[in-house]
Amino acid sequence: MRRRRRTPVERVLARPGPPFEITFDGRPLTALPGQSIAAVLWNAGVLAWRTTRVAGRPRGAFCGIGQCFDCLATVNGRPNQRACLLPAAPGDAVTTQKGDGRADLAD
Amino acid sequence: MPTSPTEAEPEYDLAVIGAGPAGLAGAVTAEELGLSVCLLDSSPQPGGQFYRHPAPALRAARPEALHHDWPAFAALRDRLAAGTVRVRAAHHVWTVERLAGPDGEGRWRLHALAGADGGRPVRIRARALLLATGAAERQLPFPGWTLPGVVSAGGAQAMLKSGLVLPGRRVVVAGSGPLLLAVAATLVEAGAHVPLLVEASGYLDYARHPGVLAAAPGKLLEGAAHAAALLAHRVRPLTRHAITRVHGTSEGSGAEVRVNAVTVSALDRDWRPLPGSERRVACDAVAVGHGLVPHLDLATGLGCAVRTTPDGASALVLDAGQQTSVPGVWSAGETGGVGGARLARIEGELAALAIVSRLRGRPRATAARARRLARARRRLRAFAEAMAAVHAPGPGWSHWLEDTTEVCRCEEVTAGCVRAAVDGLGARDTRSVKLLTRAGMGWCQGRVCGGAVARLTGSPPGPDRRPLATPVTLAALAATPPDRPAPDPTAEPASDARTGPTAPTTDQPSADTGPTRSDTHRGDLP
Repeated sequence: MRRRRRTPVERVLARPGPPFEITFDGRPLTALPGQSIAAVLWNAGVLAWRTTRVAGRPRGAFCGIGQCFDCLATVNGRPNQRACLLPAAPGDAVTTQKGDGRADLAD
Repeated sequence: MPTSPTEAEPEYDLAVIGAGPAGLAGAVTAEELGLSVCLLDSSPQPGGQFYRHPAPALRAARPEALHHDWPAFAALRDRLAAGTVRVRAAHHVWTVERLAGPDGEGRWRLHALAGADGGRPVRIRARALLLATGAAERQLPFPGWTLPGVVSAGGAQAMLKSGLVLPGRRVVVAGSGPLLLAVAATLVEAGAHVPLLVEASGYLDYARHPGVLAAAPGKLLEGAAHAAALLAHRVRPLTRHAITRVHGTSEGSGAEVRVNAVTVSALDRDWRPLPGSERRVACDAVAVGHGLVPHLDLATGLGCAVRTTPDGASALVLDAGQQTSVPGVWSAGETGGVGGARLARIEGELAALAIVSRLRGRPRATAARARRLARARRRLRAFAEAMAAVHAPGPGWSHWLEDTTEVCRCEEVTAGCVRAAVDGLGARDTRSVKLLTRAGMGWCQGRVCGGAVARLTGSPPGPDRRPLATPVTLAALAATPPDRPAPDPTAEPASDARTGPTAPTTDQPSADTGPTRSDTHRGDLP
């Protein structure tokens, strides 16, 4: 019997273009063209990239389709980006968003 | 070709909102019968949630490996490519207003936001409107469900189908409804291990609807196919059980934060957990959902009448030709009650036949086609109602909540706060609970918690009402063109029904700020 293909990329016979790099809190992660920021993070085993406004609890993607807003991240300095909708681009710098991501306005 | 009064606001015979199975079938059928059609969808690609697939840049040669019933989508996609339907992908429609057309006939004006950042306002006019906005997942909270690694069942499937990623290697699938079988099957197909599929209802309850099952053998085969795929991977569904606690680490950052186990409890017939039945199951992710509910933001904004389904959700009231209670507005698919992709395709086609009839007269040789579709619809609708009854959330579910369990994820409002508002302060509806606790007031506007808050409050079932169907920035509103009558030399300036014969037709600030809307929709968010 044919051996099962073990990863989603192998299952759909994906042949994406060359992978590229983005960073999460300074750490390099490998991205495939066509993946969202959230997909790149999941692929690297990262499930949390935000802390909540009230209790400071960690959160990441929940609904995966842009409805729940749990996956908000700061991308290239811009807070409150829905990571599950935003396509990853080479060199993107994703940082853990603290609260509303607007601490700069509180000064 | 749009029969366009202006370049800036093209007009079509038919605007279809939603490019899932229902919207695709409706759009291609109407176009093939001679209508000019515009198909709008918030995603960059057609397919909806059911046929969500990888972005072109991932160059997947076999996207169907993670899908069921892909040939039906491929056929619709080919018909779409062969025709003249104007596809507007990545367009978020945030409201629809009714205008008086130049010929006295009504016109629908759709307001959408386009572009990668959703910042470009777009307006489209249409003589007829087909709402194919699908469904959203129903979520019931449980202790630990906000821990990273607990994701919605549909979300796990969406991230897998579009981004080719998994939330973990050992994924417990839990909640209620047939979607769980499909999600578990897709996860194991993609290489994940599913140690447990937890269903709060009992599949044997379908046996109480024997006539319905016999009339929809395809649905049974669908379920059997999922069950066979799961058996092949030794996934054993555990019915009449629920996750009552999630274990894991929420300290630290990055890869340390995640789920490492769940506690599963047996439920009685009302979904109340039975003490002493707990067992612990190791996992590194959880995919959870309690069925689907019709997505009606745009429909309720237009005033379409709703009914309550057997699982307590609101669905649109539709006539034999799929028209809503608002003349000129049709709907197909999950909006009329959750029934699956095949029913959605059938209803989309039926709606298109009815719309063509209304705008052009009954098209030739379609009577037999309509009768055949209507028979299939009747069988599948009956199945959908039975399915809703089997998986209706039991009233005992709230017993698995702890006072510290967050109900509203955005505003971090706990079950204890909601109970205090209901029991201590006398709140009897979601609006009062919202005002007292902020539940439903956050980023998602109650899309995730609204149903759970309503159930905890004991308020009667009713549709969500959101004047804006998608978040709209002030910048996007400011960039919306002023709402003046299109320059039309044949029309009397005073004939614009929005402003009335005595009102000035230009420079009226109140008319420039957005669509007119009945006061009954104000402040009615859940």
